[in-house]
Amino acid sequence: MLILGIETSCDETAAAVVEEGKKILSNCVHSQIDIHRRYGGVVPEVAARSHIEVIGPILSAALEDAGISWRDIDLVAVTKGPGLIGSLLVGLSIGKAIAYACRVPLVGVNHLTAHWSSIFLVNDEIDFPFVSLVVSGGHTSLFLCRGIDEVKLLGHTLDDAAGEALDKAAKLLGLGYPGGEVIDRLAKQGNSQAYSFPRAIRGEVNFSFSGLKTALVNLVKKKGEIEESELPDLVASYLEAVVDVLCEKTIRAAKEAGIDKIVLSGGVAANGRLRERLKAEAEGVGIKVFIPPVSLCTDNAAMVAAAGYRLFLTGNTDGLDLNASSRPAI
Amino acid sequence: MKSSVITRGPEETCRLGCLLASSLIKGDVVALRGELGVGKTCFTQGIARGLAVPEEELVTSPSFTIVNEYRGRLILYHVDVYRFSDAAELMNIGYEEFFFGDGVTVIEWADKVMELIPSHAFLIDFFYVDDNSRQVCFSGPESRMEGIKKSITEGGFAWL
Repeated sequence: MLILGIETSCDETAAAVVEEGKKILSNCVHSQIDIHRRYGGVVPEVAARSHIEVIGPILSAALEDAGISWRDIDLVAVTKGPGLIGSLLVGLSIGKAIAYACRVPLVGVNHLTAHWSSIFLVNDEIDFPFVSLVVSGGHTSLFLCRGIDEVKLLGHTLDDAAGEALDKAAKLLGLGYPGGEVIDRLAKQGNSQAYSFPRAIRGEVNFSFSGLKTALVNLVKKKGEIEESELPDLVASYLEAVVDVLCEKTIRAAKEAGIDKIVLSGGVAANGRLRERLKAEAEGVGIKVFIPPVSLCTDNAAMVAAAGYRLFLTGNTDGLDLNASSRPAI
Repeated sequence: MKSSVITRGPEETCRLGCLLASSLIKGDVVALRGELGVGKTCFTQGIARGLAVPEEELVTSPSFTIVNEYRGRLILYHVDVYRFSDAAELMNIGYEEFFFGDGVTVIEWADKVMELIPSHAFLIDFFYVDDNSRQVCFSGPESRMEGIKKSITEGGFAWL
């Protein structure tokens, strides 16, 4: 069975072809392929969120890379939310059109479910139940997953997402973009105990990173100019505060639920320090940690196909009246 | 007329937003300006409470998601253009639906898109005073400012 996955919930326009919900035949993301060169199209700066300009070429690229034609598709899986309505509608509308034209079933996928489903693309042994932490620029959510359609939200951020806290810190410190990568690199050279930052560990599973961000703003204001030589220690200490909270709450959630598996996903799951610490700490208390490779942590459509396949197998298909939602139920 | 308020701590910033919300009507646009960590999202959380968005709906930062929508007494569109390079990007997300719709729009980092902010908008500037305190300056349509001043001062804030 060949699944066409489509993802347009935020910045990335992505399409992928996945076989049996596992084998990636193609995985195209707008920001990663050189459409300009390949298709001679012009992709202006202001179109950064204009999925409509690139969805066509991305779909063609996904089919071409997979070596298949429209007729070979057996299922269309498309992100239905959460995200920006205008963006979601582009993927959803074209997904419906393809499903209708190819006479194949359509399945709408929650973007966060898609994130943790990326583990199925690389790991055969993982099985439900597990606790999953989806952590990115826009989201920091903990789920208890008992099945692809049996998901319970355990907690999420009360203010800023963890990736946002990292990105804004990078901007404040003038580290450039993308912030997450620079922070990961700089932190490796610094002492994570050099500065003391607050950790919002309030004995509950919800997260809060706004206070941490403000603490950094206050510190920068007090110091005036930050020397370049101070950056590694500062960044390492800040990152450590983020990682401490993510690890502590995720492991506690798993323990409280009596679950011995954790799946880490989302853009911030690409962070080296988070991967290393969550693994070490969880495995220290007998909890196994599963993390997709860095390439599958950021937004992509293969993860949508992976989730869509499993939803299809459990009888969850959608009609052509499926609507996008900025904040759908899981 | 000087029109600013000092808040001491996030709880007060949130409460100030809540007081402003009591005066908001459909079609209002609230444009927030001020640097990182100055309380814009916190203030918006207060507006949401004041618009009777249910407590269990967590009002989180839309810096990455760009628009979050909440249902209270009125629909609240919480827009954040932090990641935008210019106003043209706002056109891409169909901003007219928010600005000229039936809800209330709160827009963070409004300084990036000033040319698209409608003239009937309230402009609220946040300034860092010290670690905890912020100065919050209000401006907006003359006919509405008295009412806003009244609800804020009755809520216990000194209108400077």
